Amino acid sequence: MKKYTNTGSKDTRSGFGAGMTELGQKNENVVALCADLIGSLKFDDFKKNHPERFFQIGIAEANMIGIAAGLTVGGKIPFTGTFANFSTGRVYDQIRQSVAYSEKNVKICASHAGLTLGEDGATHQILEDIGLMKMLPGMTVINTCDFNQTKAATLAIADHHGPVYLRFGRPVVPNFMPADEPFEIGKAIVLTEGSDVTIVATGHLVWEALIAAEALEAKGISAEVINIHTIKPLDEEAILNSLAKTKCIVTAEEHNILGGLGESVSRVLALNSPLPQEFVAVNDSFGESGTPEQLMDKYKLNNQAIVEAVEKVMKRK
Amino acid sequence: MKPNTQQLNDLTIQVRRDILRMVHAVNSGHPGGSLGCAEFLVVLYQNIMERKEGFDMDGIGEDLFFLSNGHISPVFYSVLARSGYFPVSELATFRLINSRLQGHPTTHDGLPGVRIASGSLGQGLSVGIGAAQAKKLNGDNHIIYTLHGDGELQEGQNWEAIMYASAKKVDNLIATIDLNGKQIDGSTDEVLAMGSIRAKFEAFDWDVLEIEKGNDIEAIIAGMNDAKSRTGKGKPVCVLLHTEMGNGVDFMMYSHAWHGKAPNDTQLEIALGQNYTEGESDY
Repeated sequence: MKKYTNTGSKDTRSGFGAGMTELGQKNENVVALCADLIGSLKFDDFKKNHPERFFQIGIAEANMIGIAAGLTVGGKIPFTGTFANFSTGRVYDQIRQSVAYSEKNVKICASHAGLTLGEDGATHQILEDIGLMKMLPGMTVINTCDFNQTKAATLAIADHHGPVYLRFGRPVVPNFMPADEPFEIGKAIVLTEGSDVTIVATGHLVWEALIAAEALEAKGISAEVINIHTIKPLDEEAILNSLAKTKCIVTAEEHNILGGLGESVSRVLALNSPLPQEFVAVNDSFGESGTPEQLMDKYKLNNQAIVEAVEKVMKRK
Repeated sequence: MKPNTQQLNDLTIQVRRDILRMVHAVNSGHPGGSLGCAEFLVVLYQNIMERKEGFDMDGIGEDLFFLSNGHISPVFYSVLARSGYFPVSELATFRLINSRLQGHPTTHDGLPGVRIASGSLGQGLSVGIGAAQAKKLNGDNHIIYTLHGDGELQEGQNWEAIMYASAKKVDNLIATIDLNGKQIDGSTDEVLAMGSIRAKFEAFDWDVLEIEKGNDIEAIIAGMNDAKSRTGKGKPVCVLLHTEMGNGVDFMMYSHAWHGKAPNDTQLEIALGQNYTEGESDY
């Protein structure tokens, strides 16, 4: 089994900030918009280096999305930044009409997604954003797993013409993807090869899936772990190729069980290869205050939950 | 050569004929606000805006227009077609299946002249601001024009945008409010009284001017030239355009009833009779 090691834990939002810093130097059409959360989104460097290309919108997310859509008329590539909740649910109609339906080249970059935002509680912990965004025609949906992948994704989406939702988070998590790993939108990455079960994970759950795979190996179960950073368009081929070997699958995501990665995978299975699937996801509820670790434990979004789901799905083969 | 007043008046009558025939043909659409803004859009496209030949989305090196109250698509489509963006004959496809002339304007089907989808109200000012800021970044010394219904100002996003535009000195932007005092359910005063829109814009530090005769070609030309002269001075410019919903068709005027209702065959005939011009060129 290929080993991935944590090269030093960091927050994924800092990967976004590092990507923006690099983009600022590389691409003069890239502009950044922020709704009063410069520090949280790690926009400090971009703002300092390119003040003329940085737009502080204030606490007015609807206006931010509209301005971003307008900036594309004239060839700019706007990156909007705020928390995931305020990036999606709060401004859904603005994204739907002014960005997605209007086919504008806007990158909606969302930090503090999911439960791991922690103590602020459910008002800020959106678990519905992947579903909201993936339902919009033409929208690309990306959920990155660590610092390196978030940075790589930030660079990659600037070169992709079309609206993108990029989802990342607040907590410090293991950084394990190689810094030189190319980021290809819509291309899944097989992290470990296995023959008994496929684990498809996205975001912070990818590292948990790797830990789970080690625990399963000790139990004699060979797990294939796939890092699905792009939920739409989904790499159906990678999933089906793996399933051809393993004949069962577990999906893992920091999102509501309804509308997320798991349901996208279910659709692929239903259309191509109906096989047992188990879901590691939040069971249709809101979050609450707590530390990220406590929340991931309480809502069963960790490596133990993945191991349990694997054992359950193996029995259904 | 810019068209003279007589030519603009004739073109406005032709646009009114287009609007009436388009909504009549599909028994749907919004004639009231469309008729009220016919003179304004004719003047804007034929006299005020600096426009390039043809259409490209980025619109660098020309003035741009964004329609926020997308339901007045009939007047927008007619003026775009009559300004050469697409064949006038295509007006016959308004609201039909597989048409580029959707019920509300969209970029989705590649209709030349349209740069943003609108219909869900209250979004156009933000888009106009973004386009204006892109012009500044590009060193492009042209103006962004936007048009909004007065009822539309009830949407909160407008006030985010109004606050932002003055705070950030977006002074290459002229936002026009179609002040007809009417919306679907009645007068704006009955539905949700907005008080003095002028006072509100001024309180948000915009430069505000009014065109009292918003259905008069020469008054619009004078007012919009005044508005242009106020750009580049540190403030966004707001034009309060006093119009009559349903203008030019006597039975549609002075009422909100024709906001979103098409004329029947008899009504169309009467309405067209009131809008005849020599050299009429119906599609």
